[in-house]
Amino acid sequence: MQSFRNHEGVVVPLDRANVDTDQIIPKQFLKSVKRTGFGENLFDAWRFLDEGEIGKTNRQENPQFVLNDSRYRNASILLARRNFGCGSSREHAVWALMQYGIRCVIAPSFADIFYNNCVNNGLLPVPLPEEKVAQIFVAASSSEPLTANVDLENQRVTYENTESISFSIDSGSRKRLLEGMDEIGLTLRETDKIRKFERQHQRTMPWLFTDNP
Amino acid sequence: MPRTLYDKIWDSHHVGTREDGLDLLYIDRHLLHEVTSPQAFEGLTLASRKPWRLDANLATVDHSIPTTDRSEGVKGIADPIAREQVEVLNTNCDSFNIRYFDMLDHRQGIVHVVGPEQGATLPGMTIVCGDSHTSTHGAFGALAHGIGTSEVEHVLATQCLVQQKSRNMCVHIQGPLNESCSAKDIVLALIRQIGTAGATGHTIEYCGDVVSSLSLEGRMTICNMSIEAGARAGLMGIDERTVVYLESRPFAPKGGLWHEAVDYWLQLNTDSDANFDTTVELDVTELAPQVSWGTNPELVIGIDEVVPSSDDFSDEAKSETVGRALEYMDLTPGTPISEVILDKVFIGSCTNARIEDLRQAASIARGRKVASNIKNAFVVPGSGLVKKQAEQEGLDEVFKQAGFEWREPGCSMCLAMNNDRLYPGERCASTSNRNFEGRQGHMGRTHLVSPATAAASAIAGKIADVREYL
Repeated sequence: MQSFRNHEGVVVPLDRANVDTDQIIPKQFLKSVKRTGFGENLFDAWRFLDEGEIGKTNRQENPQFVLNDSRYRNASILLARRNFGCGSSREHAVWALMQYGIRCVIAPSFADIFYNNCVNNGLLPVPLPEEKVAQIFVAASSSEPLTANVDLENQRVTYENTESISFSIDSGSRKRLLEGMDEIGLTLRETDKIRKFERQHQRTMPWLFTDNP
Repeated sequence: MPRTLYDKIWDSHHVGTREDGLDLLYIDRHLLHEVTSPQAFEGLTLASRKPWRLDANLATVDHSIPTTDRSEGVKGIADPIAREQVEVLNTNCDSFNIRYFDMLDHRQGIVHVVGPEQGATLPGMTIVCGDSHTSTHGAFGALAHGIGTSEVEHVLATQCLVQQKSRNMCVHIQGPLNESCSAKDIVLALIRQIGTAGATGHTIEYCGDVVSSLSLEGRMTICNMSIEAGARAGLMGIDERTVVYLESRPFAPKGGLWHEAVDYWLQLNTDSDANFDTTVELDVTELAPQVSWGTNPELVIGIDEVVPSSDDFSDEAKSETVGRALEYMDLTPGTPISEVILDKVFIGSCTNARIEDLRQAASIARGRKVASNIKNAFVVPGSGLVKKQAEQEGLDEVFKQAGFEWREPGCSMCLAMNNDRLYPGERCASTSNRNFEGRQGHMGRTHLVSPATAAASAIAGKIADVREYL
C-alpha cells in the first residue's frame, strides 16, 4: 500500500453531493481483471461526451466538466459535497482516483465501504465540517487554482493564508497510512490469536465447520 | 448488559484487537464472484499466500455473463473482456480449490440469491462478499458486510475482516401493510425518509410486526437495500420462518447439529431492554406503491404523487441534487409520476428476483399483454433453481404469453455489465436497487419499483398504479 504523510497539490472542486461509485468508475470498466488502467476512465460519463469502453481512444472531452477545466488539469486533491463514494463496493473507484493522480478526497462525509477502500490503498479521505468544505469550495473556484497542503501527521489541512483546519481519523488507519503497512501482513502477525479463536469458535458453533455438500 | 442481535454476533466473532488498535472479526462465510475477486486472487499469488480456510468460500458467476442462451458455456460469451473475466474466475476457483457454481451449473445465480437458497447463509453467521448488496443476508439474522477487493484478499488470507464496530439503529416498521404494497415499497419509503446517508456508520435492525409477517424473500428485499440508506449492514431477528426456510437446504446443518444450531439461533435475538443508538419509526399503514423519480434511491414518491421541484427542498445540497436529477431524468416538476411513459421494464436483480417476486409479477401479467411501446420487458430469475421452480409453476409461460422475455439467471440489467441495457435516453421501470446515472446503460433513466408495479407498468406502457391491476 502507498503511504501518505504530507501532500501538497491543486484542489479540484466537484460541486456535487452523493457522488456514487458508478459515476467514479462506470460498470463497463469493471470487466477488467487488472488492478491498473482505470485512471483514464475516472468519471467517464461526466468527463467525456461519447460513451466509454475499455481501451477506447480519441475521446471527446466534455468541456463543462470540472476536471477538464485548465485550472484543474494537474489537481491531486478532490473536493466534493457530502456522502462521497456511496453505492457499489467496487474498489476500482479508488484505483481510478489514484491512477488519475488524486491523492486525497475532502468532503463533509463518506460512505463507509468507500472510506475503507481508500484507507486500504493509501488514498486519504478527509472529512471536514460542511461549512469548512463550503469555504474551500469558494477558494478553489476562483480564477487562480488553489493549492492546499494536507498533513496527515498533524491531521491538518492548510491553504492560502487561512488558519489550518484539523480533521479526524482513527489512530489505526492513520498509522497504517503513514507507514504504508501491508494490511494482511499486519493481521497475519496475529495468526496464533486467530487459530485459537477458530478452535474455540468450532467448539461453540460446530455446525459452521461441517463438510459442505 | 442487554445486547442487540448485532452486538451478540459481533461479540461471538471478535477475535481480538490488532497491534494498531483495529478489531478483527472472524468470517464464517465468504461469497465470491467474477468482478471483485480477480485482483484479490492475483494478490494472494504474488505474495505466495494461500486461502486460510477453503470450506468457508463459495463462488458463482453473475455480473458479466449473458442472460441469453448459455449452452456453449464460457466460450459462448461474445464479449472477449467479459469472457476473460469469467475464465479467470474458473481458473482461480480451480487452482485455489474453491467451491464454485459455474455458468453451466444449475445452481448458478446471483450470489445473494444463491447463498440463502443453498443454506450457505445461516443465522448468527458473519458473511462477507465483494459486493455492497451483501447486506441481503441479514434477513436471516446474519451479520453480512459488503467489502472491497483488498478486503476480499484479506479475508481469503486471514479469515478475518478488519472492522470498527458500528452503531446500532432500530428501524421500527409500523403496520399493517396493505395488499398493494410489498417489501420493496417499504424499503423505498424508508430510504426516502432517512436518505442515502441516513444510516451511515450503523447496522440497522428492522423490527416490528410487519417484519415478522414478511416471508424471507421479502425480508431479503429490505435488507438488500440497507446499503442504499448508507448502512454497514441490515439485520432481522430470527424466528420460526427463518428456521423453516433453512431446514434441509444443502449447506444447512443436519441431524443433531441442526437441532443444536436452531436452539442457539432462537436465543440470539435482541434482548428486550437492549439499547439502540438511533431509532427510526416508519409507518406503512397508509403507504401507496413507491416509485423513484430521480438519480439516487432517496428521490422516491408515491404512485399518486407528482414529480417534485427543486424549490420544494430548503436544504441547498438536496435542492441542487433534485435540479440535476430532473434534468438527467428529463422530467418536469408537477407531472404525475403515473403519466411517465416507459421504453423498457426489468424484473430481476438481487433485490427482486426470487420466486415470490416472480409470482407477484406473474399474478399481474397473467392474461394481459405488454404494451406495444415497450421495447423489452425482461424477466431474469435470480438463480437456476428459481428459474426451475418458476417453470414448474408455469410462470415462464405466463410471462411469455404476456410478451415478456424469459431469461437465464444473472445480474443482467441491474448494472448492465452484459448486453442487457438501456440505450441513451431510454426509460425503464426496474425492480433493481440503484437509479444512479448510467447505471442501467449510458444515459439511461431508471425508475425503481416493486415487481408488481414493474409488471403493471409493462402492461400499461407507463409507470402504473398496481392497485388498478389487483
